[in-house]
Amino acid sequence: MTVVPRQELVEVVSRAKEDGYSTFIDLCAVDHLRERPRFEVVVNLVDRGANRRLRIHTRIPGDDATVGSITSIFPGANFYEREAWDLFGITFEGHPDLTRILMPDDWDGHPLRKDYSVGSVPVQFKRAHQAT
Amino acid sequence: MSDTPSNVDGDVEAPTVEAPVTGPGLSGDSVDRRRVHDMWVAGTEERDWIAGATDEGAQELLPDDMDPASPIQRGVAVVDDFVEEVPFDPEERQIMNMGPQHPSTHGVLRLQLELEGETIHRVKPIIGYLHTGMEKTGETLTYMQGATNVTRMDYLSPFFNELAYSLAVEELLGVELPPRADAIRVLLTELNRVASHLLWVATQGMDIGALSMMLYGWREREKILNFFEKTTGLRMNHNFIRPGGVAADLPDGWEEDVELVLDEVPKAVVEYEDLLNENPIFLDRTVGVGIITPDECDAYGVTGPIARAAGINWDLRKTAPYSGIDQYDFDVPVAEHGDVFDRYIVRIAEIGESLGIVRQVLEKMPSGDYRSEDRKVTPPPRQRIDESMEALIHHFKLFTEGFKVPAGDVYRAVEGPRGELGVYLVSKGGARPWRIHVRAPSFAAVQALPVMMTDSLVADIIATLASADPVLGDVDR
Repeated sequence: MTVVPRQELVEVVSRAKEDGYSTFIDLCAVDHLRERPRFEVVVNLVDRGANRRLRIHTRIPGDDATVGSITSIFPGANFYEREAWDLFGITFEGHPDLTRILMPDDWDGHPLRKDYSVGSVPVQFKRAHQAT
Repeated sequence: MSDTPSNVDGDVEAPTVEAPVTGPGLSGDSVDRRRVHDMWVAGTEERDWIAGATDEGAQELLPDDMDPASPIQRGVAVVDDFVEEVPFDPEERQIMNMGPQHPSTHGVLRLQLELEGETIHRVKPIIGYLHTGMEKTGETLTYMQGATNVTRMDYLSPFFNELAYSLAVEELLGVELPPRADAIRVLLTELNRVASHLLWVATQGMDIGALSMMLYGWREREKILNFFEKTTGLRMNHNFIRPGGVAADLPDGWEEDVELVLDEVPKAVVEYEDLLNENPIFLDRTVGVGIITPDECDAYGVTGPIARAAGINWDLRKTAPYSGIDQYDFDVPVAEHGDVFDRYIVRIAEIGESLGIVRQVLEKMPSGDYRSEDRKVTPPPRQRIDESMEALIHHFKLFTEGFKVPAGDVYRAVEGPRGELGVYLVSKGGARPWRIHVRAPSFAAVQALPVMMTDSLVADIIATLASADPVLGDVDR
């Protein structure tokens, strides 16, 4: 487990890949509401040759939720970064196609944020306003 | 009766498609929409028309020269009889949508195909149709309730979801399990792997025209599900493996039921191999189709049978053993070509290996408790509640507020039937997880579909998609 500043995430992942961690496993985000910095991005890599695992954590402030994209190093991070953008609103700079992936593309808000309420929210249907 | 054909309204005019300059719904204020909007306006006229006609805004394919995945995904040539290279005018390319309701997409997956005649130029998988916010739901459930939630994600391997989740919770709690609990977990998960692979053989066969496979595969899977039903009360979504052990002991006479499965499934698998291994139609449709290389598997996070079919000798049961699975004797089948046929070979061999593990569990099932006797984690036996005030309090506390888990984060993974199934859990010390993220193997497999499909033919899409064995409940969560 490694904690890195967000400016260095791309570089650290790139070095880790050269170091043998060549299998991309996972990327996900965590919202630590009321902590500073607010968000956290976790990257999971595997070195199959040496049977090692590496978990890279980086913290991202809530008022400037951006971090470099690692899609140029691992193309498989594409969907995972889209998911983190969709559900947490974290922008990955340099991502080729940062669009919603799980929610409808005209959805408002980022549902996995802790300040996004559960229940009692008006259901958003696609183009519902046109149907009436 | 009139001689001229007309539709119901009597309106004989052909419907015309309006070609808007910009796609509808693209002029919002959010950054992504503005970006996509600019992209379309800057694109060719053809692109603008496509954006308008399919009306999906941000879900569209990127303009060809702006799609950085294209060169990566075009690396592998597909061996096929169809070699004639017709010079193709890019203006003649067409977009075809497959799904989300196509019977071969195994759920609600939509593939946007860019075709040059019969050849796939590009593919974009579009997911999210089954998204029900299960990771958000998981944050509102106590740790004991959590297993009911995760078991519904990959509905063809519910035991694996429960196991990965329970292992993560137990690691944070520091709970030790009795050996019988581990053995029951191994027994159920390995039978689950067999059931999942049997369903895969059935649907793979059906998708490429071997309809009888459909019936045979489901027939044998049913025998395993009968055992699951007897043990857990449910055929799927069992909620049986829970933090602290399993929910109940195995039912009386479970040995005979497992013997029945061990007796009948191998015979049936021999039948499948007779039917498929040298079947010229099956070989034609699968050999050399949907290839993925080991490097591409690594880059896209593809694990499990797809990676092993490409020659990657990697199985978490060997490299990161869980639940004492390393004390059983089994092999990891590995193939080398990475095509659909090798995935079939690997999965069929895995059925045999898993049944071998089940046989060993049957022979040396330890006796003892089936769950941890830590009363802060697992409920007391029912009869103790009538006798002991303390047991009553424990029971009440567990089922009202649940148990608290020390703060920390943990990632635990198991080798599911589709690859590495991991659970990343963040606890802040409460009775509910702060964050639960499931690393779904199908998610990575669906992302890698363009790698396997690009430059192949439309018919191969079906065979390739089936061989990736995605479960959309797992993809969308």
